[in-house]
Amino acid sequence: MLINNPFLIFCGVLMLLGVMAFFTARKKATQVRASGTAMFSQPDQYAWFAVVATAGPAILLSALGAFVMLLLGADIPTFSLLLASLVLAAIGLAVGMTLVRANFHARQAIERVIRWVLAGAATVSILTTLGILISIVGQALNFFQMHSFWEFITGTTWAPGNSFLMAAGRGEGASGGAEFGSVPLFAGTFFITAIAMAVAVPVGLLSAIYMGEYAPRRVRAVAKPMLEVLAGIPTVVYGFFAAITVAPFIVRVADSIGLDASFNNALAPGIVMGIMIIPFISSLSDDVINAVPDSMRQGSLALGMTKGETIRDVVVPAALPGIISASLLGMSRALGETMIVVMAAGMRPNLTINPLEEMTTVTVRIVAAMTGDLEFDSAETLSAFALGLVLFVVTLALNLVSVIMIRRFREKYRVNNL
Amino acid sequence: MSDSFEKISQQLERRHRKSARLKYMSMGALALAASFLLIFFADMLNKGLPAFQQAMVNIEVNYSEEASRSGRAAIDRDLSDIVSRSVVRVIPLDMRNDPSLLGTTEQRWVLASGEVDQYLKGNLVRLDDEDKEIIDRLVESGKVEMQFNTGFFSRGDSKMPELAGIMSAVVGTVMTMIVTLAIAFPIGVMTAVYLEEFAADNRLTQLIEININNLAAIPSILFGLLGLAIFINFFGVPRSTPLVGGMTLALMTLPVIIISTRTALRSVPDSIRHAAFGVGCSRWQVVRDHVLPLAMPGIMTGSIIGLAQAMGETAPLIIVGMVAFIPDVTASFTDAATVMPAQVFTWANEPDRAFVEKTAGGIIVLLAVLISLNASAVMLRKKFERRW
Repeated sequence: MLINNPFLIFCGVLMLLGVMAFFTARKKATQVRASGTAMFSQPDQYAWFAVVATAGPAILLSALGAFVMLLLGADIPTFSLLLASLVLAAIGLAVGMTLVRANFHARQAIERVIRWVLAGAATVSILTTLGILISIVGQALNFFQMHSFWEFITGTTWAPGNSFLMAAGRGEGASGGAEFGSVPLFAGTFFITAIAMAVAVPVGLLSAIYMGEYAPRRVRAVAKPMLEVLAGIPTVVYGFFAAITVAPFIVRVADSIGLDASFNNALAPGIVMGIMIIPFISSLSDDVINAVPDSMRQGSLALGMTKGETIRDVVVPAALPGIISASLLGMSRALGETMIVVMAAGMRPNLTINPLEEMTTVTVRIVAAMTGDLEFDSAETLSAFALGLVLFVVTLALNLVSVIMIRRFREKYRVNNL
Repeated sequence: MSDSFEKISQQLERRHRKSARLKYMSMGALALAASFLLIFFADMLNKGLPAFQQAMVNIEVNYSEEASRSGRAAIDRDLSDIVSRSVVRVIPLDMRNDPSLLGTTEQRWVLASGEVDQYLKGNLVRLDDEDKEIIDRLVESGKVEMQFNTGFFSRGDSKMPELAGIMSAVVGTVMTMIVTLAIAFPIGVMTAVYLEEFAADNRLTQLIEININNLAAIPSILFGLLGLAIFINFFGVPRSTPLVGGMTLALMTLPVIIISTRTALRSVPDSIRHAAFGVGCSRWQVVRDHVLPLAMPGIMTGSIIGLAQAMGETAPLIIVGMVAFIPDVTASFTDAATVMPAQVFTWANEPDRAFVEKTAGGIIVLLAVLISLNASAVMLRKKFERRW
């Protein structure tokens, strides 16, 4: 559908018409001007206006047609759509040519078109959010028609395995139906996130304090890019590191002190995720600490506080909204992190608080549901969208709170670069 | 009097010790982060560097009548477990393509099997003692040696570890990134230009702004769900292809490009705009001829960083099916393809021990690309950065 012959013909003819419009309009404008009439705009601007008048409506019409075909399933023959668009292009060309006259403001007309095109580009980001929302909510609603919302939120058993048999019409044979209780998944997700935050917040915050308050310029010049490298490592690489290096190490340590640890323990992905989040927390906290006005430090030192007390009792409390905001952003990243847990955490939903046992997370189950050989409308596949919806809502809330916090900080200290 | 003086100086000493403790603790935190990084890189290099070496065997290939039916007959029977199966398999094919080979013999270096490779690298293998002895003898006589693994860079994926290479993933990555940039760069720059230079500060622009900041923080896997539901199921874009992967990643990269472009545009001083308006430029002319060229280094830097981020992303690509077994280099944007991080993921899931070093080797290649991209972004910024 996307690249086929009518499409190529359309592009080719339109290109030809456009080039034609450009040169004829410019020629005409040059002639008018040569005859001594003062014109509002330059010949090139008339030429570009003619091009826009030719191509713009035609592209709009064909896009609209294609969209209607896809969206409403209306059966418009491709050929007639093509023809209509090209006729429109020809009309546009004629209109564009007649408008090449002295009292027409071609420059302003182009300006208006450009403004609309730019505004159109700006709506893409809104459409993206809408797209995410629609795709997730739509499928999640389908899922909640099969399984009750209440059961999904409060159930403690996640056993989608039987839904395959149900879908195949052999549901009666399977003992019991599929169960979609998401509590163990969310418990696992929050548990692993908590481990990550326990690693990332102290290390990230203290690093930021060191870089902001103590570090000589040279150390700062090395440390900042180093932390950025930590942020730039792909998550799949962290996942491999967690699964191959950290998890066996934890198992060995646990063995040596007489504990029994699973190779898919929750500690390994938690710690590695924490390492991943350090730079998010440290860089934003560093910015915030730098933004705390120096007068506050001077006042504190003048009262006889030591440097440590100044930092602990004056700088950090002043920067607290920013630090909390950074931690919340880090947390939302940890909640939605996928590859590390897919590779290093377990597959089995497990309601436990022992970090050495295996547990699974929301994102792991989403990936599992999406990579199975199931029909798209089976309950397990749809459950991924339900899980995604909850994930979306939770991270959205965290992000919003984070934005509000940082705005409060910005307003309090009148900082503009945060 | 002197008593309280003493007390206070003791107290002061305590306070200063406490103050120093905070300094060492914070220094320790940074050192801890640095040591994480060091351990990580040391571990990856340690695991991955062997992947760039590959055991090769020098064997005599005997193009006999029998060998045209079964490749095994062409080589010494003792060596049949030592030479890679892929070599044996192509011998009858070679003979069919070139009948003049019949009856000749040839001495050449061929791939050793994955097991031999692992044995020579000192890993645990399933070879029996007899085979090990043969290998040791061959090593002594110089018939088996480690050579630079060119195949790792020139071949696609394979189920045989000695054959697996990263080429198809590299090509897939390049194609996916082309799609991503082609979509995200123009739309991102246009959005930023609109918000910074054209739009009035009204409800709609504020909504767009909040929305962009929020998009930047949405978990990447949700973009995958969007790609699956909208691009694949609704618009019918073929699954597993660079096209759908690139489109999905483009939406993810968009906020990064928008935010960095806006910063770059904002850093261009207003005096430039005033001067241009003053000589009669229209708004678009100001932007096109003056503001954008001055902001370009910043925009490029941001786009490269966004590109590097997209290049390392795996989760949304799993959802749109780009984690696939791709032995051949992808030829078109609508063929199934894989990308480097997805290849790393695929290899990490292989049960064969030999794939661990392939995974780490792939990671080293990926990291090298990403670090050089980021370094070039930093250099670009250093070189063209202007303080107004």
